Amino acid sequence: MAHAIELRDVAKRFPTPSGGVFTALKGLNLQVAPGEFAAVVGPTGSGKSTTLALIAGLEPPSAGEVLVGGRPVNGVGEGIGYVFQTDAVFPWKTVLENVAAGPRYHGMGGRDARDRARQWISRVGLAGFEDRYPHQLSGGMRKRVALAQSLINGPQILLMDEPFSALDVQTRSLMENELLALWASTSACVVFVTHDLEEAIALADRVFVLTAGPATVKGNYLVDIPRPRNVSEIRFDPRFAEIYKEIWNDLRDEVLVSYERSRRVD
Amino acid sequence: MSDHVVLTDRRLTAAPAVADAAAERRSRQRRHRLTVQLLRVLAAAVWIGSWELTTRVSIPGADHALVDKFFFGQPSGIAQQLYTWVTEGTALGPLWQQVAVTMQETILGFLVGSVLGVFVGILLGRNRLLADVFSPYIKAANSIPRVVLGALFAISLGLDLKAKVATAAVLVFFVVFFNAFQGVREVDRNLIANARILGADSRRLTTEIVIPSAMSWIIASLHISFGLALVGAVVGELFGATQGVGELIYSAKNNFNANGVFAGMLLLAVVALVAESLITALENRLIKWRPNPVTDVTI
Repeated sequence: MAHAIELRDVAKRFPTPSGGVFTALKGLNLQVAPGEFAAVVGPTGSGKSTTLALIAGLEPPSAGEVLVGGRPVNGVGEGIGYVFQTDAVFPWKTVLENVAAGPRYHGMGGRDARDRARQWISRVGLAGFEDRYPHQLSGGMRKRVALAQSLINGPQILLMDEPFSALDVQTRSLMENELLALWASTSACVVFVTHDLEEAIALADRVFVLTAGPATVKGNYLVDIPRPRNVSEIRFDPRFAEIYKEIWNDLRDEVLVSYERSRRVD
Repeated sequence: MSDHVVLTDRRLTAAPAVADAAAERRSRQRRHRLTVQLLRVLAAAVWIGSWELTTRVSIPGADHALVDKFFFGQPSGIAQQLYTWVTEGTALGPLWQQVAVTMQETILGFLVGSVLGVFVGILLGRNRLLADVFSPYIKAANSIPRVVLGALFAISLGLDLKAKVATAAVLVFFVVFFNAFQGVREVDRNLIANARILGADSRRLTTEIVIPSAMSWIIASLHISFGLALVGAVVGELFGATQGVGELIYSAKNNFNANGVFAGMLLLAVVALVAESLITALENRLIKWRPNPVTDVTI
């Protein structure tokens, strides 16, 4: 079966303001199967976000190949959803206009787009908030808007860049459960970037561990905990602890490397 | 209201029940506002009164007042001048007509300058090549004192409306242009990326993301630029006109009528304040999505 996403020996280099070159990714190989929920963990600054930007087509790779649905990525493609780490919902649009944006950009009429948007707004539990502006919502509600905004386009690939990192712990596990429920009703594959190993294991079928930059895949682990899962209780599962221990052995070294480096810079 | 007052408020009202504290706070705020208003009136009375007084009282032995009203005007004389203009009209015709002429020049110049400024600002902000090509010329044009162009326009466009509108528009254009340009450049990259992934084409990006985002910058520049449009219109009239408040001031100056100059200034100030409140109303309509700015600390 063809991979939904495949990165072959990918490198990404950025010019730095001082005239040098910063290598974010180097020799990175990664495959995600259709419908799979993949999590990418790695120490801070290890190029996790860059990996997503490459898959989304926001940035071209400096070397190697990025394939989505078997075809090389060339610019921002169709069938991709992206939930950003910081708020990226449009502050001058109401909840309804924000969620309706995707269908309208794809040429759907205003009325039809709003009807579909209303359905998605109630699916993410925001019915009644259609006419609010983002600044009138809580952080968790804004994330729901962002989710609805991405999912309404029916993406085959959903990219999520530490989407819940700014939320408080309770809101976070609620949102994680809702994400799993929403994902179960689609056929999309998810690439979920996080620095939180617990979150990665709780959500994903497969966890990729990245090395401290320049990032490459250090290992990938199958999470064979059955679904449906309850994120807030999964940590009591003995299998969870085993997998956690196994991955942490790999991740710890990279976190230490990254930490030592950050101290050197200081 | 200053933070200081509020802090004092809290300390004093910490002990009584919450409702009492709130009532106490409100009445304190009312008293504070009243004090401010009274002091404002007092400041104006002292200022205008001392002006009036010094132009009337003379030093014993001297042959004129402490301050010569011939050169510096006199509040009562200014009021008298305004009254005469309102009731009998000016040498150039009825007063409302002079105000209307200047307003027309200002508003047209403001509209032409700001529309062009927004358009060119967004065009250059969105197009790297154009920005790179034209930025040195725009910087150079911005560094010269552009009011001087009023003289050129008086020659090329004649003594009527066009020259004043052009002068006002040139002054407005650069302020609005730079703000629109900067506003476009400052658009959150995440918002652009999000819109692109959601399927927005280049036109949609401009109309739905870039322009709304730059709107805060553009509106901020409109506040300044209406004042500049007024300057442009008045300077244009000084370079040659048959009507308008600027021309009124110019002819008052030629007649050594200091009160007339002050009266003209007062008229312009009123016009500018009215326009400012209109732009604020427009701003509140256009940027209603923005959280309310904290104007008054009430905690």
